[in-house]
Amino acid sequence: MLKKHPIITFIFFGFILFLISNRLDELRVYQGATVAVYAIGIASLILLIGYSGQVSLGHGAFLAIGGFAAALARIHYEAPVWLTFVVAVLAAAIAGALLGLAAARLSGPYLAGTTLALAIGLPSIANQFSIFGGEQGISFDIGLPPASLGEDFTQYKWFFWISWTVALITLYWLRNILNSRYGRGWRAVRSNDVAAELAGIHVGRNKVLAFTISAGLAGLAGALLAMTISLASPGVFPLALSFSLATGAVLSGVTTLGGIMIGSVTLVAIPEIALAIANRYGSETITTNLPGLLVSALLILTVLFVPNGPVEQMHAKRAKRGHSSHSPVEISVRVGSKTWSTKK
Amino acid sequence: MKQFLDMVLIGISAASIYSLMAISMVLVWRSTRVVNFAQAGMALLSAYIGYELVARVGNFWIALPLAMILGAAFSAFIEFVLMRTLQKHSAQGAIAAIAPIIATLGLLGLIRAGIGFIWGHADVQIEAPLSKVGFTFGDTTIVMSPMGLFVLLFVIELMIIVSIVFQDTNIGLALRASAYAPEIAQLAGIRVSGIRTLGWAIAGAAGAAAGILQTVNGTGALSPESLEFSLLLVFGFIAAVVGGLESLPGAVLGALILGLVLAAVQIYISGALVFIVAFLLLLLVLILRPQGFLGSKAGRRA
Amino acid sequence: MLKINNLTVAHGAIRAIDDISFSVEKGQLAAVIGSNGAGKTTLMRTLSGLKSAENGTATWLDHNLLHGKPEHHVRQGVSHVSEGKSVIAQLTVEENLDLGALWRRNRDEAWATKEEVFTLFPRLGERRKQLADTLSGGERQMLAIGRAYMSRPALLLLDEPSLGLAPLVIEQIFQSIRHIVDSMGVTVVLVEQNAMGALKIADSGVVLNLGTIAASGKASDLIADPAVRTAYLGF
Repeated sequence: MLKKHPIITFIFFGFILFLISNRLDELRVYQGATVAVYAIGIASLILLIGYSGQVSLGHGAFLAIGGFAAALARIHYEAPVWLTFVVAVLAAAIAGALLGLAAARLSGPYLAGTTLALAIGLPSIANQFSIFGGEQGISFDIGLPPASLGEDFTQYKWFFWISWTVALITLYWLRNILNSRYGRGWRAVRSNDVAAELAGIHVGRNKVLAFTISAGLAGLAGALLAMTISLASPGVFPLALSFSLATGAVLSGVTTLGGIMIGSVTLVAIPEIALAIANRYGSETITTNLPGLLVSALLILTVLFVPNGPVEQMHAKRAKRGHSSHSPVEISVRVGSKTWSTKK
Repeated sequence: MKQFLDMVLIGISAASIYSLMAISMVLVWRSTRVVNFAQAGMALLSAYIGYELVARVGNFWIALPLAMILGAAFSAFIEFVLMRTLQKHSAQGAIAAIAPIIATLGLLGLIRAGIGFIWGHADVQIEAPLSKVGFTFGDTTIVMSPMGLFVLLFVIELMIIVSIVFQDTNIGLALRASAYAPEIAQLAGIRVSGIRTLGWAIAGAAGAAAGILQTVNGTGALSPESLEFSLLLVFGFIAAVVGGLESLPGAVLGALILGLVLAAVQIYISGALVFIVAFLLLLLVLILRPQGFLGSKAGRRA
Repeated sequence: MLKINNLTVAHGAIRAIDDISFSVEKGQLAAVIGSNGAGKTTLMRTLSGLKSAENGTATWLDHNLLHGKPEHHVRQGVSHVSEGKSVIAQLTVEENLDLGALWRRNRDEAWATKEEVFTLFPRLGERRKQLADTLSGGERQMLAIGRAYMSRPALLLLDEPSLGLAPLVIEQIFQSIRHIVDSMGVTVVLVEQNAMGALKIADSGVVLNLGTIAASGKASDLIADPAVRTAYLGF
């Protein structure tokens, strides 16, 4: 159904979410909003890693940039909420473009290490400038829900609605981009950049574009995250966030948007599960350490046994049995007797 | 003048620790073509083991080599279990190049969680065995202390030993060959998997030394989320890249450059800019001379 | 001797080698020829342990070649010079050679073998301390063969040594290969696209086509065979 009537599916999904939000308690509504944030964050990584083949271990940095940009716009310029999001996207996208220019020439471990370095160092850089509010950060208050929604409409429900509306629109847009010639271009470059270049794709521009869009999306997620916590501070965007997003992306399956909910929900669910287990055993050490343990273990197991994500695994199984649900992108170029091909 | 001397000494001290980390990363890179982000985690774990050993044995000079041996064993174990499993289930498609990297990231998280579990999150202390007060000449105190001097000499000695092993021994030849061209090495009769485990073991020992010395030379405090270790990882990586990920002497040179540059920034400009400068240095090298100062273009494919 | 029976090797979904059987007598030079994609390289990689087979058997003397890692086979006297640059560019000529004998216990014998290689390929001796990177194509091929020779192989598998080399150099290398067979008693399987050159120095030959054996027999017979001539020898 998704393939044939995407808009309807998205709207339908949004409707379901609306219904659900009315039935959930505050905590779940808040978590639901967080799921939306993770969904956008993971989507941005899927674009970057799965489609464009560039790895970023520090995407949390872009969320931070977006979050802080939005908060600053609000506090210093009293910008309306929608504008703060736009600012967040732009700020993060610009940073992404800059990093992308450097990153386009890097591969594998060099890129991974550089992005990791960025994620580790960004908090210490931010702490140097008082405008970022140091450890306490800056507050980000989007205001109360409009009166027209009724008295019972809570703040968290408002966050939930905003996050999911933004998420659904963004994911729809992203899906279209990924299915367009841009998406095909990225996948071609990822498969074999020489073949792609020979076929007329400008590899450098292609990669920087992917980085820019990915960063912009991450910035958006960051702004939403800051919104749900009403705060932009180093604590909101720790190093663990980058790792969580990478984990979420791997869990979802980096090559397709299809599994995104799996990753996002898992990321939110794990601290819950850990808490439940800890409460059972009444141990504080478990509460603090179990989430990290579970996320990391999950990451390793997934990367070992389901590296392309459960959705892709299912597709592969179906393809083996004879029905293929998506056609791989193939470019073959022959120059004289040498052939370069993205066919794998 | 004193400022300059201080800067050089601080730079060299810092450089010696970074170089241990950088050597550790270069070793893993050269033996298995993986950048192991869990290296810092393993160094951290080794540091904790060092802490336990010092507490139980009471003697730092015994604890240090012992911790290095245990660090080597742990590292070899990780390679054996994790990396070999990774190779067997070799991933296809987009994630193929990144899978090992992500796996080491997961490993880092596991180690940190494990450490938090066993030792808790509060700081633990390792007592430095030597004085950390600077040497005094007349009425000037320079920034180099007995502890700092020991670290420097230790690192130099370790580097010499590792260099000799790599360049002049048969094992070293096997290590290098297995890193450059594992298939050809196999066809030449070398047990490549065993050699790779050995590479990781040596890296583990170097990392353990880095972790412990970094701790005792600094505040002496250890904690699972320790920023110092994250920075150690980053600076070790930057040092390795600056010098050339392919080259052991490069790792040392890179560390030296990094250490001196950062010390200069810290003393002459502002401590706040240290990380930015390090990051810019990384970008600069990656863009202008990606194989590093001592790397050759020959084997630079990632 | 080398005995291959009903060997089948898959390459993805394709049967790169489909149920082939042939044998090579000890001390003989067998040429394996065929066009691109015929399965020649796959055959070599399977025999040396780099690739696993689906079905069939392959033994050298009594040693099962289909089981075990490449480094294991080397110790049984099987050496494979893979196609392309089978030398390590970042090591010196001497180091590349030493590599081939690292597994050997007797260091004096290893040293002696190295001298033999320098006698066989004097040019390598002149360039002992140079990085393999700096060698010409022909010299690299000599180095690759020399490295394999350092393991004192009884069975030598050579994959397209003439690839990309000038005719005179090819001639030199083929002569050296023949010399190895004649004076050292090594059994050689020579995979080549240069069908004529290979058959001329070989004792027996096998023609592979799309994974199956199209023709086999004495080298001289194959050269005379009209079908083989038209398809592979160009006349």
